[in-house]
Amino acid sequence: MRRTRLLTGALLGAATALLALAGPVAADDDTADADKAPTQAGTSFRTAAPMQQDQKATASASTGDYLYWSYPADAGQRPTVRATVDLSSAQARHGAQTWRIDVYDGLRRRQSCMYGMQARTVPAETKSVALACTLRPVRAWSEAWANDPLPGTYYVRLTVTSLADADLGQPVSASVEAQSKDIGSSVAVDGTLSAPLVPGTTASAEKAAPADGWASGWWTGRWVWTAAGAVLAALAGIGGYALTRGSGRPVGAP
Amino acid sequence: MIIRQRLAAGLCTLLAALTAGGLTPTAAYADETDSKPAPQVELLLDVSGSMRARDIDGGSRMAAAKQAFNEVLDATPEEVELGIRTLGANYPGDDRKTGCKDTQQLYPVGPLDRTEAKTAVATLQPTGWTPIGPALLKAAGDFGSGDGAKRIVLISDGEDTCQPLDPCEVAREIAAKGIGLTIDTLGLVADAKTRAQLSCIADATGGTYTAVRHKNQLSKKVGQLVERAADPVVNPVAVDGAAQCADAPVLKAGLYSDREKFGEHRFYRVDVDPGQELRASVSVAADRAVDRDYGVLLRAVTTHGREIVRGQEAGDGRTDAISTGLRYPKPEATGDPDDVASNAETVCLQVSNSYSAPASVKTSPGLPVELTVDLVDGPDQASDVAAFGLGNGWWLLLALVVVGFLAGVIWGWLSRWRVAVWRTN
Repeated sequence: MRRTRLLTGALLGAATALLALAGPVAADDDTADADKAPTQAGTSFRTAAPMQQDQKATASASTGDYLYWSYPADAGQRPTVRATVDLSSAQARHGAQTWRIDVYDGLRRRQSCMYGMQARTVPAETKSVALACTLRPVRAWSEAWANDPLPGTYYVRLTVTSLADADLGQPVSASVEAQSKDIGSSVAVDGTLSAPLVPGTTASAEKAAPADGWASGWWTGRWVWTAAGAVLAALAGIGGYALTRGSGRPVGAP
Repeated sequence: MIIRQRLAAGLCTLLAALTAGGLTPTAAYADETDSKPAPQVELLLDVSGSMRARDIDGGSRMAAAKQAFNEVLDATPEEVELGIRTLGANYPGDDRKTGCKDTQQLYPVGPLDRTEAKTAVATLQPTGWTPIGPALLKAAGDFGSGDGAKRIVLISDGEDTCQPLDPCEVAREIAAKGIGLTIDTLGLVADAKTRAQLSCIADATGGTYTAVRHKNQLSKKVGQLVERAADPVVNPVAVDGAAQCADAPVLKAGLYSDREKFGEHRFYRVDVDPGQELRASVSVAADRAVDRDYGVLLRAVTTHGREIVRGQEAGDGRTDAISTGLRYPKPEATGDPDDVASNAETVCLQVSNSYSAPASVKTSPGLPVELTVDLVDGPDQASDVAAFGLGNGWWLLLALVVVGFLAGVIWGWLSRWRVAVWRTN
């Protein structure tokens, strides 16, 4: 009798534990999907394949296609987009090709590249092309009349801009990666946007946000610099005072 | 004894609750797939006489196409409604007029029965002419009325043989009809003229052109295109911009599509409340051969004609579209009922392009325009260049230390002078 009770109790406990674990596992499948790098690129802003920073997105396409990806960038970051095009699977090419990447912000405005070869012309024998574009640091706010990069979605477009006609449609494979350097307090500006520049028609707002959410904008390294400056100024003041105060009130005076 | 019973009862309830909880998520999933409109894809296959040529991996082009179709039919996602249409499959004769009407729907666009479709494909024999233009016209009518993505995948090995109907213009016109159609083309061992024609058809509708020389390329590419149709994507709403702001359509937040000819200005209106920010962006696509320099201008103007802000872009060279955008943060309401600027404002958005083309290029239908409008809360305005007016950097530290030191020194002298004065009195 006791053994039966023990067995039943053990079985019940095990079943409960299993179900309790199975629930979150079913939910995890969704989030795991969202974190995988895309293996297909989009063909326009509307269909751009979403990716995260530090992920390597790949696509197999034809020469002449316009390939679009999108990634999120937050305030204080300086994103660098690197693209590699693998031309080795095409047959013998008939001439030089010029490949190019362009980066657009969430309002589809073309952003300038500070560094990096944005467009490169390669002769017919080259097996691969490497392109890069380093954007200006992203600011939390800018005037409406300025073209400064703001936090939000950034689109990358990779395409060939000049090619021999006979090379149109040849298979190529491309890979794109966006990485950021955190510039921090030197580009911390006053003001914040109430919502990042993510187009409202994005299929999923969660996929369009960085892995740990958008920055709230309260913290900036400038607090540390100003506080350190204040403390050092106070110490220097005390030091200067101690230097020139003399010996103060003499001994024995009333 | 009682405690053990209560524990067992508690475990039982927990088990029951978890089982019930575990069952509901699947019900939610079923709801999601039901409400999404089904994407429709039509494979348009050239079955003309030239498909007999044996130059794809040692076999005939027709055999390569059949094998590719079988693989694609096996791999088609469940939710895609697939159809197959042929061109040049029935009339082997020499009469051009009859040959140019030779297009037939092999398998209707609808839920896919793989065996039936495969049997239909197996019966195809390379036969007649290549009426690409008429086939595209008929294919556009094959689609049902759903809201899902609509794609035609055209596989051809030769150029259209039914002049003067230009298949590229046919493609542009059916894309302009607003059913949201994209045509992707694949050229099987295509020569220069075929390539030019097929890539023109793809460019006119926002699709892709692929040159195919091997069997596995064909099945892989067609499979990729069919899967692309299944990707969830937002479809734009067709809207007709006006030539003047006063008659312009009032838009809410969303994605819109329109057509604009060379040198035409199109106006739209958006209502912006105080404290809101208007975000608009526009892309004007080059779906035909245009000159190498072009630009776009998006302007936000008040109803009285004062320009608020503009976005403009210029470019050169080969492109699919030129885009720009703008932001207009409307200031908060001041609470004063007499202040006109505190009411909802109607902003006119003007879209103009500076594309140009040689005289041989048709100007209508116009170029495809995609416009996005977003209304979000206004930003927290800046009162300083730097965050919270704080400082940064070594020069700041140096300046503060020097000033602090000097202040201390002066205070020391003052206090010494004060003691000296006190002493002499």
